Amino acid sequence: MTLLAVERIKLFSTRAPVWCIATALVLTIGITAGLVSLAARDSRVSAEGTQTVYILGLVVIMVMATLSVTTEYRFGTIKTTFQAVPSRTRALLAKATVLALVAGVVGEVSSFGSWGVARLITGSSATDIVTAAQWREIAGMGLVYAIAAVLAVAVGALLRQSAAAVAILLVFPLLVEQLVEIIPRVGDQLHEWMPFVAAGQFASTADKGLPYGPWGGLLYFAAVAAALLVAAIVVVEKRDA
Amino acid sequence: MIEAIGLTKRYGHTLAVRDLSFTVQPGRVTGFVGPNGAGKSTTMRMILGLDHPTEGQVLIDGRPYQELRHPMRTVGALLDAKWVHPNRTARNHLRWLAKASWLPKSRVDEVLAQVGLTAVADKRAGSFSLGMSQRLGIAAALLGDPQVLLFDEPVNGLDPEGILWIRRFMQGLAGQGRTVLVSSHLLSEMAQTAEDLIVIGRGQLISQGGTAQFIGGATETTVLVRSPQAPRLAEVVTQWGMSARNTEDGALVISGGSSDQIGEMAATHGVVLHELSPQQGSLEEAFMRLTGHAVEYQADEVNVA
Repeated sequence: MTLLAVERIKLFSTRAPVWCIATALVLTIGITAGLVSLAARDSRVSAEGTQTVYILGLVVIMVMATLSVTTEYRFGTIKTTFQAVPSRTRALLAKATVLALVAGVVGEVSSFGSWGVARLITGSSATDIVTAAQWREIAGMGLVYAIAAVLAVAVGALLRQSAAAVAILLVFPLLVEQLVEIIPRVGDQLHEWMPFVAAGQFASTADKGLPYGPWGGLLYFAAVAAALLVAAIVVVEKRDA
Repeated sequence: MIEAIGLTKRYGHTLAVRDLSFTVQPGRVTGFVGPNGAGKSTTMRMILGLDHPTEGQVLIDGRPYQELRHPMRTVGALLDAKWVHPNRTARNHLRWLAKASWLPKSRVDEVLAQVGLTAVADKRAGSFSLGMSQRLGIAAALLGDPQVLLFDEPVNGLDPEGILWIRRFMQGLAGQGRTVLVSSHLLSEMAQTAEDLIVIGRGQLISQGGTAQFIGGATETTVLVRSPQAPRLAEVVTQWGMSARNTEDGALVISGGSSDQIGEMAATHGVVLHELSPQQGSLEEAFMRLTGHAVEYQADEVNVA
């Protein structure tokens, strides 16, 4: 618990995380509000239709999570951290946990916020959350955000460089995962097993014809994040701080 | 007490520290001296468990750093004053450190007052001058009230007032019975601060012992004598195994004997003395002689036409 408090103090005693959280919420809720008000006149907006831009908030939160590690390397405070907490495993686990919790809350606020603003704009019961799949998608968004934050912490710890980590976390989910599809023969299968594609299966109500269901997708996404975190811990323990 | 046993650190093909063994005793300031690149900072990082030794180990009160129960309450260190997040306030920087060491919040205000930063506690650390950053680093080191303290080049870039403050501060800490290890590439600075010296060059131990002893042993002590009967005196001291040479202005420089001995000899032989003064060799000279071939990045002699 003490280490969680330490990481919480570190995270919220600089301004960047606060800006990232605000940006993530403004992007998702704001764009949803814009899209819904454009569409509301001639079509009915469903509950799942309010979650289409979740990935924008997700990448911003991943940037926040990865920066929480890379700035420590950039400014040398990682050495102070390991001086205070010589068990690097515990220090990294504490950081990943705090970032996951914060990201989880942001994910919930973002998904319910987007839905709420859409419901207000449409004023129509068509937007109500009715089916179990809709509940899973909207209430479960926090889980997707939390797992993504752990993945981002791991990438940050592995790379140590802000620019490299941020570039990968932006380019991979937004571009690379889509582009692998154009690879002949193996592209389609590769695409199915991309981590953010799997997360997307959970964060939507549509059946995309993937070899796993929504919970399977979330589990696979979590497994990738966990594997990266374990790799990061092994590397960080081994190399000089 | 800090104990290094056969400490070796290799980075790729570079051997930064080579089979280094030394002990640092409590109750006194120990200077850790060597030219730039001698391996001082690497050694200090190994003491704190930040860098893993390739071979050997270093113990603090008999334990490796990683096994200390309360690391920050056992060892306080200032390795680099720049190791703070520039957008975090001084108080917040100390607050998370205090939390990590199970120390009360009030301790943060205590150390801020101790180093004189109370007025700027809520300013961003990035806006601090070097002297203020240095003080913040010292505050962090003192936070856990540790018995062992490490400072890496603490006076680098400070003004004379800051240097004096840090020097007195470290001596005060040692006076309270703490173990204080301070590194510097300036032997003259350490000569005024430290009672013990560990001298290294190219990652190897050159000498360890008392500062006075080191300076006495490393510098040649000579006695300058002026006398109207200089040739006679030179003859006498040479008979007693000392050596004498004439300076350009007609004085004698005698080595191999103390001023007491020379004065007594002069009296015995009825030689009149106008001046009899012991000469201390320069510290820089001694340091250069000892570490001269142990300098990592040596500049070529520059030919000035």
